[in-house]
Amino acid sequence: MIQFFKLLFRNRLAGLGAVVLSVIVLLALFTPLLPLPNPNITATGDRFLPPFSEGHLLGTDHLGRDLLSRLMWGTRLSLAVGAAAALIAAFIGSTIGIVAGFLGGRTDNVIMRLVDMLMAFPYILLALAIVAALGPGLINALFAVAAVNIPFFARNIRGVTVGLANKEFVDAARLSGMSNLQIILFEILPNVLPVIVIAMSTTVGWMILETAGLSFLGLGSQPPQADLGSMLGEARAALITSPHTSIVPGIMIFLIVMSINLLGDGVRDAIDPRLKSGALSRPLPATIVERDSTPPVPSDDLLALQDLRTEFHVGDRTYKAVGGVSLKVNKGECLGIIGESGSGKSVTALSVMGLVASPPGKIVGGAVSFQGHDLVGASYDELRELRGDRVAYIFQDPLSTLHPLYKVGDQLIEAMQAHRKMPEKEARARAVELLESVRIPNAARRVDNYPHEMSGGMRQRVSIAMALANEPDVIIADEPTTALDVTVQAQILTLLDDLRRERDLAIVFITHDFGVVAQLCDRVAVMYAGRIVEEGPTAAILDDPQHPYTKRLMACVPELGGGKRELHAIPGLPPAVDRLPQGCAFAPRCNFAQDVCKQGDIELEANGDRAVRCLFPDKVSQTEVTS
Amino acid sequence: MNALEVKNLTKTFEVGKSLFTKGQGVKAVRGMSFDVRDGETLGIVGESGCGKSTLARMLVGLLPPSEGEIQIEGKVQDKASPREFGQMIQYVFQDPISSLNPRKTIREIMETPLKRLHGMGKAERNKRISEIFASVNLRDEFLTRYPHEFSGGQAQRIGIARALAAAARILILDEPVSALDVSVQAQVLNLLADLKKEFGLTYLFISHDLAVVEAVSDRVMVLYFGAIVEVGPADAIFKHAKHPYTKLLADSAPVVGRSLEAPKQKADELPDPLNPPKGCPFAKRCIYATDICTTTDPALTEMGDDHFAACHNPIKG
Repeated sequence: MIQFFKLLFRNRLAGLGAVVLSVIVLLALFTPLLPLPNPNITATGDRFLPPFSEGHLLGTDHLGRDLLSRLMWGTRLSLAVGAAAALIAAFIGSTIGIVAGFLGGRTDNVIMRLVDMLMAFPYILLALAIVAALGPGLINALFAVAAVNIPFFARNIRGVTVGLANKEFVDAARLSGMSNLQIILFEILPNVLPVIVIAMSTTVGWMILETAGLSFLGLGSQPPQADLGSMLGEARAALITSPHTSIVPGIMIFLIVMSINLLGDGVRDAIDPRLKSGALSRPLPATIVERDSTPPVPSDDLLALQDLRTEFHVGDRTYKAVGGVSLKVNKGECLGIIGESGSGKSVTALSVMGLVASPPGKIVGGAVSFQGHDLVGASYDELRELRGDRVAYIFQDPLSTLHPLYKVGDQLIEAMQAHRKMPEKEARARAVELLESVRIPNAARRVDNYPHEMSGGMRQRVSIAMALANEPDVIIADEPTTALDVTVQAQILTLLDDLRRERDLAIVFITHDFGVVAQLCDRVAVMYAGRIVEEGPTAAILDDPQHPYTKRLMACVPELGGGKRELHAIPGLPPAVDRLPQGCAFAPRCNFAQDVCKQGDIELEANGDRAVRCLFPDKVSQTEVTS
Repeated sequence: MNALEVKNLTKTFEVGKSLFTKGQGVKAVRGMSFDVRDGETLGIVGESGCGKSTLARMLVGLLPPSEGEIQIEGKVQDKASPREFGQMIQYVFQDPISSLNPRKTIREIMETPLKRLHGMGKAERNKRISEIFASVNLRDEFLTRYPHEFSGGQAQRIGIARALAAAARILILDEPVSALDVSVQAQVLNLLADLKKEFGLTYLFISHDLAVVEAVSDRVMVLYFGAIVEVGPADAIFKHAKHPYTKLLADSAPVVGRSLEAPKQKADELPDPLNPPKGCPFAKRCIYATDICTTTDPALTEMGDDHFAACHNPIKG
């Protein structure tokens, strides 16, 4: 709740709206207690008194009634009617929307077509028709305005409900023995409520305007009762001679509607969960770099990370996602990075080309040297030149990395033309060639497919083709086969392996699967809590892991051909990278850990072509894993 | 006695139906018959689109079958009613977080099956929840929290606890660990094994990970294009696969110490469900296929000790 108000008042205009609206609402609430003359007493002798006349602060109207008093009572009425209409419309509209969205199928179809019909009438015409049928009067106007706004709620809420009705927790509720009505009330409604509140806060102002409109036409409040619309209507005749009688209610309508709309927008933004996660704040094109130490001298390797540190600053917390990683990869080599979620393996990969979302991401130390040139300090233009050209990425889910509305061929052509001028025809021929090189059958025809017309395996091949488009030196593949079926995975891995040999590519392959690493990678780095805990040639590490984490991680993954067995689970959870323990991050879960492990930093100790971040590697190496 | 008997279970979805045109029937599950023995773990493997989720949803009554019969603990279920099924058979979902309502506390989530399925009073419910939580290694203080406060592994324990609360003796585990990290996977798999012993449960374990299925199952059933292609003991089915598809799966799994090489197949696209092939649906991809394979769909026949496969040219050995 406190956070809600914080978010709300961060938006200055919404805060202003809230203040203005609260003043108006308070005044309206206390109107009966204020020392105001009776709003309906006429005094024809005092007609059209200007504002600031004695006894009439805002003057009088065409019957000599006190304008201030009428304004306050009218505001009170207009606010009440608007709010009531919003409540009625929200209640009926949301009920219709939830029922239609939840039941789906034919019920949904029939209900929503009826709602569509209601929407096909211009709203004012519909309101007029309703008032004409029911007769003029404020209550009938209220019903008319509510009825006109039902479709808005019904459609909005139905959309949200359809998304919720297929969620797994609804299935779970069914299996827990809940009936449809119970599911709607206890499972769906709590999730829809914020949307209803948002929809109401953005429509109340509109409904107050509509009620005023009907009263202005003489179909709402009847004389002598004052509401803002009827005051305007009565003042219309004297618009030129005594403009204050129109301006006073006009300003009030303006203030009310404006403040409600500003506040409504603020409420919507504050409740919207996407805002909290920062999804609507657009990240910069390259990660912010704020190095706290002098960067190391670039190395001669093709691509080398040198003590790279990337952090996320959220609120007052600092997440050390990458805490000093050094890696290198050369031509024709495949380096595996293995780790669990939160180990920093993806952030490491994204840091290479400055692709970590900023804010909140920040590179705070170290260097990325590519062909002897530091990329961390490089300008955005330099990075853009290299991205997709010299260093290309392949991500996990090709469905979300390929654009759904463009043909795959056009996307390939775009990837090429982003880096070099190329005639359309030549680019297209090259696109077909690329698709052939990733073994897509009928490439000449497939080039005109949209991503949704392809299977998951085919889409991932397109992503690989796109990564190859500019013949890069390095490909960084972030779990490219995790979302694929096992038979397709085998094909994609074979393809990557062949391409690397044919083209002398350097591949950085990120995965959580030891089997994949064993088959594809020459060297492997194991990451835990943002740091490398062990690194070396794949075969050596798999044969004789020396870090307890590597060893236990391998033991808890079943391998095909092992038969039915108990797995040796690692107790506990990986640490959160905003609260890393002192010393070795794995110590709390490690059965070799001693007091010395929990003090001071432990270095990644090199030993020949291997390196391990552990004080007792020999002990680890000699002991069998037991639970 | 068999915990579950399924006879000729079929599900046909209508696609492209509108107010004026009749839709086309697409068979997601094409006449499956199998038993699940009391107290066993039956692993179910198959790739996306093989019908495993549709099968699972029919087995718990979330989806009415188009044809066929489901018998749970000797009782024929003629109507798809999750409420009735829920006391005998429960479901553990793949994505632990999205299977918990984000706006309810864990206590509210746990209470529902006890209240709705078993009509327990408040004191009794609290006692039962504490017992279940203790058996899945969760602390009682978690009960007042909301789902988003939990890690994937903890949320999956809560999902399992909810299934246990319904006191069903058969659990369908639909990829229960595939959304979890490997180190947490093992914790949950071991917990499932302990619970099975403690409560005498029967599991249907659906997964795409052959190694995990082999590690936990007594028998394994392989699905392809909505039908069972092979079913047999877990320790034999991948080692001595009879059906070429099972062999393809086993050879595709990445294994430490095996060189990287995509196993041979003639094509790699699944058959079109709108236009299913005559004969064996795997024939187009199969390197052993002969003429008969393109004309007759093979039936499931016994090919070894408790080992069945649907193939005209089974692999010997």
